[in-house]
Order: sequence, then structure tokens, then C-alpha cells
Amino acid sequence: MSFSRTAATAARVLSQLRRDPRTLALLLVVPCVLMILVDQLFAGREAVFQSVGVPMLGLFPLISMFLVTSITMLRERTTGTLERLLTTPLTKLELLLGYGIAFAAVAIVQAVVVSLVGFGLLGLEATHSELLIMLLAVANAILGMSFGLFVSAFAQTEFQAVQFMPAFVLPQILLCGLFVAQDQMADWLQAVSSVLPLTYAFDALDRAAHDPSLGPRFWVDVAVIVGTTLLALVLGAATLRRRTA
Amino acid sequence: MTATIEIQGLRVDRGGTTVLHDLTLGIGGGVVTGLLGPSGSGKSTLIRAIVGVQIVAAGDVRVLGLPAGASALRSRVGYVTQSPSVYGDLSVRENLTYFARVLGAPPAAVDTVIERVGLADMATHLVGRLSGGQKARVSLATALLNDPEVLVLDEPTVGLDPVLRRDLWDFFHELADGGTTLLVSSHVMDEAARCDRLLLLREGAILADLPPDELLRRTGAADLDAAFLRLVEAGAVR
Repeated sequence: MSFSRTAATAARVLSQLRRDPRTLALLLVVPCVLMILVDQLFAGREAVFQSVGVPMLGLFPLISMFLVTSITMLRERTTGTLERLLTTPLTKLELLLGYGIAFAAVAIVQAVVVSLVGFGLLGLEATHSELLIMLLAVANAILGMSFGLFVSAFAQTEFQAVQFMPAFVLPQILLCGLFVAQDQMADWLQAVSSVLPLTYAFDALDRAAHDPSLGPRFWVDVAVIVGTTLLALVLGAATLRRRTA
Repeated sequence: MTATIEIQGLRVDRGGTTVLHDLTLGIGGGVVTGLLGPSGSGKSTLIRAIVGVQIVAAGDVRVLGLPAGASALRSRVGYVTQSPSVYGDLSVRENLTYFARVLGAPPAAVDTVIERVGLADMATHLVGRLSGGQKARVSLATALLNDPEVLVLDEPTVGLDPVLRRDLWDFFHELADGGTTLLVSSHVMDEAARCDRLLLLREGAILADLPPDELLRRTGAADLDAAFLRLVEAGAVR
């Protein structure tokens, strides 16, 4: 495990993003615009915006990082740079950590910007500190990154990679409790919902925003987020094959 | 000549067909070995087996006495893929700076190799905007950063102008004179003349293994292209 190779990889990924200001702008501007849109949509029904605003804020980074990671990792695979890198001393762990550090940095900036808009401009309120919400947003970003890394192994083209968003992430967003509370879903949907990681990501954000006690369930949520991230990273690392046919 | 690359009974299958048939050969240092053959003959597959990224069905490939792809080899073996494997959204210098850090090469090596592949005036250009030949040179430069003991190059001179090609081949010989093991693949026969030793590959088998002048002498052909044709018609010569 070399710190220098990991840092070099993180710096390289950030340089690539810096060269693509349009993507960076989209990453920062789109969530803010959507927050404002939702605020306006529920104008006059402040309670609804208060209940969905904070979870939305914490789930945006997950979607962004899922897309960005699945495409960049697919590019590494298809352009041959991955094969080239795996013949150098760079280890898979260093490569993944490099990506993780770079995207976590982007996620922090994204979470700060969206929080400024949500808490500052739109008057969102959370029972617990904004910092906790931002930490959860970053944790979700890293979860999204590890999902993206994993599914990139199953896409041959960028078209396919993009389609994994509605296939893999959208159902989780529909069933996480944001639109309909989990206990109001049909039994079988509840069962499905309770095995989807985003349900726990949503619950953690919801509790941080509205539950004064947080409760033991909050820590279960955090454990599920961290555990799923590690699992997806391990599975993703397993798809980075040094030897291919 | 002691072999730095030893291949014993190598067989590679892909999609139900055998791409390399029971290959056994040794490649030594101090000379430039050319791997020649038509496209689809298995050159890239053999090269990938030597750098340890190819799944092999049978046989043994050892480089510098270690199994191909061993982690101890990764800073001692340089590899240039057939299509340039560099980042199009980074500049020439950014690409090489990254690979230098990954390979543990000194930072000063970056400018040395940029100079070496004739891209000094392009160092700040984005690789994605370069021509195919220029991209290939950036890719080649990444493999030169840490002065590897074994250098395996898959068609490194495709699309380059003749002057640059000559310069690079002179450079390959300079490296070989210094003891580096060089294996260079090509599908252009006029490059064969620049090699010290030729491995002619056809349909996954070695058709001939000899120096270029020896090939001309034995086949009585006027040029290497004609010599290769005669070999195909006559069967293998060793």
C-alpha cells in the first residue's frame, strides 16, 4: 500500500474532472436547481418540503457519484488504461482508494453547496446539526461511487452504463420511503424495501432531520451504509481483473 | 545468451478456438527481437501473456525468472499496448507525471522521455487532441519512464513518419546495447530488417526464428515480404 501512488491517482482523477468544467458545473448546479424546484412545487405546503428536503439533499450525491464513477471506470476499462495500470506497481486497492478520495472531495463540495442552498436560501431545518447531514451526504456519495464501480463491470458501452441508473438506482429511490413511508407500502414492497441499501440511507437522513433522539435504528442505518459500501467495493475490486481473455 | 523471457508450452484459447499453439521459446537481453506476423496471428496475445494480463490455457511464462505478471516484475517490465492507453483528457506532461508516480520513476524522467519521443513542443497539449501517431508516442513514453529491464512493445511505430520511426528503432538498439530485453511486434515487414532476431508468427505458431539476413539467405527471396510468403508456402524453417 503506497500513499504516493494512491495520492497520484486521486490527483489524476481530479485533474481529469477539472478538465471537464461542464460536468463539474452540472454536478454542483443541477442539485441546487432541483432543490429550488421542489421548494416551489410545494409552495404553501411548507411541511411537505421540510420532510422531503433534507433526505433529497443527502441523496443527490449518491446519484451523481454513481453516474460519474460508472462512466469513468468504464472508460478505464475500454480505453486500455486499466489493463496498462494493472501491469504497473499500482494495486487495485490503491486505484480504488485514489478514486474514492477524489470523488469524496467532489462530494464534499457538492454537499456543502447544496446545503448552503437548502439550509441557507430555502430555509430547510434539521433537528441535528447540518454537519451530520453533510457527513451522511458524503457517506452516500461514497456508497454511490462503490455501486457505480461495481455496475461498470456489467456495461460494455457508456449507453449501458447510463441505463444502469434507472435500472439500479431509481427503484431504490422509489422504494426508500421518500415518496411513500415504508410502513404504508404493500407487504411485499415493504419486504423489498427493507433489503435495499437506499432505504437505510434515507432513514438515516430522515432521523437526522426530524428525530430528536436518533435512536438505535440510526446506527443500524449507518452500519448498513458502511457495510454495503465495503461489500460493493470488494465486489467491484473483484471485477478489476488483471488477467482477461 | 541467457533468456530473460522463457515460454514453455504456452497455449491460449479464446472463444473456443486456440489462438496460440503450444509455444516454446526463449528471448534474451542485449538484442532487439521482432515479433512479426499478419494481423490476427497472435502477436498481441503472446505479448499480453508475457506481461501477465492474458488468461492462458496451458504452459508457463517466466520473465526474469519470475512467473509473468508477478508483482515484483511490475516495475521491471515495461509494456506498451497496441492502441494507446493514455488519458485523452490530460496533457502529455500530466499523463507522464501520473505514470512516473505510479511506476516510482524520478520526476526528472518525465521531460527526458517527452524529449525522447519528440513531443517536447507538445508537452502541455491535451492527449485527446493529438494525432494517432502522437498518442502512440505518449503511450510509448510511459513505458520508458523507469528504464525497465524488459520492454515489450506492441506495434509501437504504427502511423509514425519514417524519420521518427528510424530514430525510435535506433533508440531501441541503444537500449538493447545497454542490456535491455526488447520485444517489438510489427506487421510491417520493412521493420523486420531492423531487428536482430525475428520471430515470425502465423496462426498462433512460430513459423521461423532467425536473424533477418539468415531468413533472406535461406529462402533466397529478394526482400522480407517475399521471404515470409515463401515460408508460408514451404512450411516452418528454424
